[in-house]
Amino acid sequence: MIAYLTLILGCQLAGEVSVTLLGLPVPGPVLGMVLLFVILLIRGGIPEGLGQTADGLLRAMSLLFVPAGTGIMMHFTLLGQALLPLGAALIVSTLATIAVTAGMMRLLAKEAGDA
Amino acid sequence: MRDLQQIWVYLNALPLFHLTLTLVAFQAATWVFEKSGRKPLLNPVLIAVAVIVAVLLGTGTEYATYFEGAQFVHFLLGPATVSLAIPLYRQWHRVRASALAIAVSLLSGSVVAALSAVGVAWVMGASPALIASIAPKSVTAPVAMAISEQLGGLPSLTAALVIATGIIGAILGPILLNLMGITDWKARGLALGTASHGIGTARALQVNEVAGAFSGLAMGLNALATAILLPVLWVLLFGG
Repeated sequence: MIAYLTLILGCQLAGEVSVTLLGLPVPGPVLGMVLLFVILLIRGGIPEGLGQTADGLLRAMSLLFVPAGTGIMMHFTLLGQALLPLGAALIVSTLATIAVTAGMMRLLAKEAGDA
Repeated sequence: MRDLQQIWVYLNALPLFHLTLTLVAFQAATWVFEKSGRKPLLNPVLIAVAVIVAVLLGTGTEYATYFEGAQFVHFLLGPATVSLAIPLYRQWHRVRASALAIAVSLLSGSVVAALSAVGVAWVMGASPALIASIAPKSVTAPVAMAISEQLGGLPSLTAALVIATGIIGAILGPILLNLMGITDWKARGLALGTASHGIGTARALQVNEVAGAFSGLAMGLNALATAILLPVLWVLLFGG
């Protein structure tokens, strides 16, 4: 468990350092995800303990957004002043994005041959 | 009474207190969500945030004080994002089988996410700084904040709009996808991740691993696509 947590943190650290050094337009953890993915591809499988550690973290993922979400309290004044344009833009745009992405994927992806 | 006051001052200064508050609020929110038969409107992140904000406002506590405790939970977002490599690896055969469809759908979604947010905010009379702040709202927070700054927006407001987008997508996304009759977990996951980043991904992972893997993939790819495309679109729209 500790070994796999170390591997995950190591990938994140390598991601953060690479992003800073190379000025890449992605966050460090996203590059860390790519790095861990490449390690898995090379290794050709997921060690059991790594799967358990990752699944544990991912099960709690909703919780992890709560502290950042609470930060919305610092913007109540600004949000209150522009509630209508911002609220409408958020709802319309989020729905449009979901509809277009899923609709396009349904159009292009073939169900056939997929287990 | 004075003793109570002293205990409160002591508790409020402990990181443990706000860390525990975060976990208790989320546990309670999850309980309500499950008890309701998983009604999307009772999203656990939304309820937990509402409860914590009410407690902080009610007790006159600053967000910075709260975050000293809550940062231990917040820190795990990084490792959790790295961990998305595992569902992605498990579903890699599906991703490879529809690589072209994924690329086209994702790019379409990415452009629609930015243009529709900018368009609606502009039509409804939002200021240029607000339009720049909302443009990258579908992208995961660290990238969104950097793009917002580049376009002349307010990065900290963008962070709040990103979280709101995540919660809106997690609540309304599954309802819209059901209305559209989209049952393919690949399409559902890709759409949630593109529109509402990590919060959509967290929601997708709870329901189905294929959806979770495609959502995590979409979140990462959309961050990259938006970081490259949005500044170009911005110059085309507003002439820099």
